[in-house]
Amino acid sequence: MDTAVTAKKKWWAGGYSPFNVSYGKLMMWYFLISDAFTFGALLISYGTIRFSSTSWPDPNEVFRSFPGMGHANLPLVFVSLMTFILIMSSVTMVLAVHAGHFRDRKAVAKWLTWTIVGGIAFLSCQAWEWTHLYHEGAWWGRNPFLNVDGTLASTNFTNFFFTITGFHGLHVTSGVVLNIVILANVLKGTYEERGHYEMVEKVGLYWHFVDLVWVFVFTCFYLL
Amino acid sequence: MEHTHSSEVLEHVHHDSSTKKIWKTFWILLGVTMVEVGLAFLHLETGFPSRVLLNAIFVGLTVVKAFYIVAEFMHLGSEIKNLIYTILLPLLLFVWFIIAFLYEGNSWKNMIKDLKPGTPIETPKAPVKEAGHGHY
Repeated sequence: MDTAVTAKKKWWAGGYSPFNVSYGKLMMWYFLISDAFTFGALLISYGTIRFSSTSWPDPNEVFRSFPGMGHANLPLVFVSLMTFILIMSSVTMVLAVHAGHFRDRKAVAKWLTWTIVGGIAFLSCQAWEWTHLYHEGAWWGRNPFLNVDGTLASTNFTNFFFTITGFHGLHVTSGVVLNIVILANVLKGTYEERGHYEMVEKVGLYWHFVDLVWVFVFTCFYLL
Repeated sequence: MEHTHSSEVLEHVHHDSSTKKIWKTFWILLGVTMVEVGLAFLHLETGFPSRVLLNAIFVGLTVVKAFYIVAEFMHLGSEIKNLIYTILLPLLLFVWFIIAFLYEGNSWKNMIKDLKPGTPIETPKAPVKEAGHGHY
């Protein structure tokens, strides 16, 4: 159907957006492409260093703790919970955008609030994980974990872990701040006056991107 | 006020199918993540699937999840082709980046191994052997 429409309408003849989206939304996409390359550069440099190392710490050995479970060996469980929280908050964000299409102010406010709660829950989990690792002796420039083959590991592992999850956490933080700003505007009735809730969509795009990046961080640091 | 009324009618028509699609995407994402974690545990317990196969599966499933997030949650699947290509074609550069840099990393590893002090000098032998096979 798209092709039929494209063929009939001369998208590049001028007079309207050739992308069929508003300027703001297009710019959000462009920003996300540039941000994707930033994250890509970080993750690829991590991969390069990992490929150039003869051995590397085992993530199942490093990330095996759960709050309140003491020294129980629970690899992947906590990070799975974090992944679930972030996916869930992505869903509530889509529901907020969806409610915005119907200009249902109450529902937008409700789902945005849940998205903020999810974002804060994720950040709290990350704060706990970082604190826990810090107390185990891991930080930038310090790596207490041995390689899989039992040899002493370099600090590359912790440097990359804290830098990349930290950069992602910073994105989540700014996402939460943006969501709060948007929620305040929704409650104030700014978008009701404007006649549309497109701001919710734009911030939603950013929020989903943060979730998207986490999918890759999760694979690169915890699974591979 | 007319507006609110008509949008409410629309809501009842559209709400169900759209919301259903959102939750379907959620279950797919959750299911794929659970499969990944399950496979990781299976590998820890039994050693099956092998590390190489497991990593290939993980990378594949990550791409599946990324597709659903971008296509459904970010609605890129329902945008027009001009926008889809504008966003996706630049990302093809990643294919080159990943191959080039991982190859480079692997090559560093081999170089460091070969140049380590005390490494027996074996390398000159190889080309001689190869020459015998009539490579030239």
